[in-house]
Amino acid sequence: MNNVALEVKDVVKSFMVDGAPIYAVDKVSFQVKNGEFVALVGPSGSGKTTMLSMLAALLSPTEGQILIGGQDLSKMNERQRVVLRRERIGFTFQSNNLIPFLSAQENVELMLRLNGKLKHGERIRAAELLSRLGLGDRLTNLPAQMSGGQQQRVAIARALIHNPTLVLADEPTASLDTERAFQVVQTFAALIHENNRAGIMVTHDLRMCQYVDRVIQMQDGKLVKVYEDKKDIMALAKGE
Amino acid sequence: MKNFFLSVYLAIKEIARNRGRFLLVSLVIALITLLVLFIAALGEGLGNSNKQYLANLDADMLVFLEKADFVIPSSRVDKGLARTLRRVDGVESAGIIAASGTAILLPNDEVLKVSILGVEPGTPGAPAVIEGEDLQSELAAEVLIDRNVALRTDIKVGDRITIRSTQGTEDEFYELKVVGMTDGNLYQFAPSIFVTFSNWDKMRTKSDTELGRQSTTVNVIAVKVADSANFDSVEANILARVNNVEVADIPTTIANVPGYSAQQSTVNTQAVFTLLIGILVIGGFFQIQVLQKVPQIGVMKAIGASNGVVGLASVIQIMVVTAFGVAIGGGLAYVFSLTFPPTVPIIFNGTNSLIAVIALLLIGPLGGMVSIIYAVRIEPLKALRLS
Ligand SMILES: Nc1ncnc2c1ncn2[C@@H]1O[C@H](COP(=O)(O)OP(=O)(O)O)[C@@H](O)[C@H]1O
Ligand SMILES: [Mg+2]
Repeated sequence: MNNVALEVKDVVKSFMVDGAPIYAVDKVSFQVKNGEFVALVGPSGSGKTTMLSMLAALLSPTEGQILIGGQDLSKMNERQRVVLRRERIGFTFQSNNLIPFLSAQENVELMLRLNGKLKHGERIRAAELLSRLGLGDRLTNLPAQMSGGQQQRVAIARALIHNPTLVLADEPTASLDTERAFQVVQTFAALIHENNRAGIMVTHDLRMCQYVDRVIQMQDGKLVKVYEDKKDIMALAKGE
Repeated sequence: MKNFFLSVYLAIKEIARNRGRFLLVSLVIALITLLVLFIAALGEGLGNSNKQYLANLDADMLVFLEKADFVIPSSRVDKGLARTLRRVDGVESAGIIAASGTAILLPNDEVLKVSILGVEPGTPGAPAVIEGEDLQSELAAEVLIDRNVALRTDIKVGDRITIRSTQGTEDEFYELKVVGMTDGNLYQFAPSIFVTFSNWDKMRTKSDTELGRQSTTVNVIAVKVADSANFDSVEANILARVNNVEVADIPTTIANVPGYSAQQSTVNTQAVFTLLIGILVIGGFFQIQVLQKVPQIGVMKAIGASNGVVGLASVIQIMVVTAFGVAIGGGLAYVFSLTFPPTVPIIFNGTNSLIAVIALLLIGPLGGMVSIIYAVRIEPLKALRLS
């Protein structure tokens, strides 16, 4: 039980559109363990972003339960959700990830500042993590001075620096060319495994699935298939 | 407290990394500051030129002719009224004020227009002498000049001056010895000189019909009350004793100086409109800025920055930019003020300037209010949905 980072139980999210409910997420259940990297895939409109928003406590489910590290999100008030987001969740977004007026290192450190944990040792750790991601010579660069791939790697460092329970990545490769996309996801997967975090990556690019431990496929808001076997996953990634 | 430092950090970093843009806004605020301070100083200076003598009077009330609407030039009372008033219960002292205009002849055929005030030395209408001595006798050809006369000319205590008055159709000239100097007595936009009533009556501007006649009227009587808390009862005593008069305190008198209130309200309206323009400019800038920052603020909230941190950072940023602009503008105003001759009616040391600075510091937060509320309301979900 202690090993389960995330539990999603019968989660439903519906939006009222012109008086009729649209089920963006429809009775979805799954679990993610510590040290496990999961891909959430599906065609556009299948409910991936809605799911991720609920996991990040940015959106409340209409029905069902979400537990992060055993804590039930529905029992939290807004203030507690803010704290949860900065303490237990790491985040990367599709684009506009970084704060434009902070350097690479400062963007990573912001996560520590938010948590009131910016000590000297932690700053060194932030620099080391960035070096690990190949950005050792980019620490003082502003986002505008970095390529999309470099920015995405800074965002990954920011998502991991504060040792969150759950790392969420929304289309981390959307703005990258294929070569860099593979590199970024590979490093991401390695860091998640090394640090024993639970990671969920939303992607529409099935080739990225070769680095994950499990693939959850959604369609029309429903969980339609789970790939757990390494062979099945590789086959999916290769488009077979 | 942790949140406060985080907000300061975010606000300052953003300014530091976008120096040019924020400096531009600060400069706009600096120019608005300069303008508002000058308008305020002009209001102060113009008002002062008009009322300074009255404001500095060592008196609590002025006694006017009834129905003169508290306008000094319209009021005529007998000069003997001062003596009567001194005997009224609660009155400490009383003295005449007789006002007119004249000109001092200067070298090179120039003249300095001055207010000539007839007073009784040692009474509430007469100002304190700061250099030299007071007027000694009623008939001696002596005059006190105000420092404002000395600032505009080379006249010193001990000099002889010639004044020129139009009497009937002729210009008449009178020579007077400057025995002393007073300070802070601009009146009706001119520096003042002080003479006894007899000299005043002889030298003032006169119409044809007044020629050759001795007058016994002055404009008003300045009264000092023994205990200024008893203003109302002393007023009642005066009105019971004397017919055909009205009593006003000094602020009322100043408000009724011809043109004073109209001028002040014109100047104040200008200042208020300039401040409003400032509010709109700042509001516009920060509103456009916050619209551009929606994704960045969304990300910040999504990764766990509270609304408080985001809102406070906006407030701090606006205050820093405003304060910086006001400081530059204030500095510029000060530097410019040093270059003005004393004849330019601009005064920076009044409460007007202080009020202006406080109002200027408020235009940032007021103008930026909408953008701050907007920033606080941005949903963190934007970080995901915008992407
Ligand atoms: N706020 C909303 N109001 C109405 N419908 C929404 C809202 N958010 C999402 N939806 C709908 O829910 C469905 C799933 O959307 P989304 O989660 O963005 O899918 P994906 O990220 O997989 O493309 C879509 O049909 C979308 O139109
Ligand atoms: Mg999506």
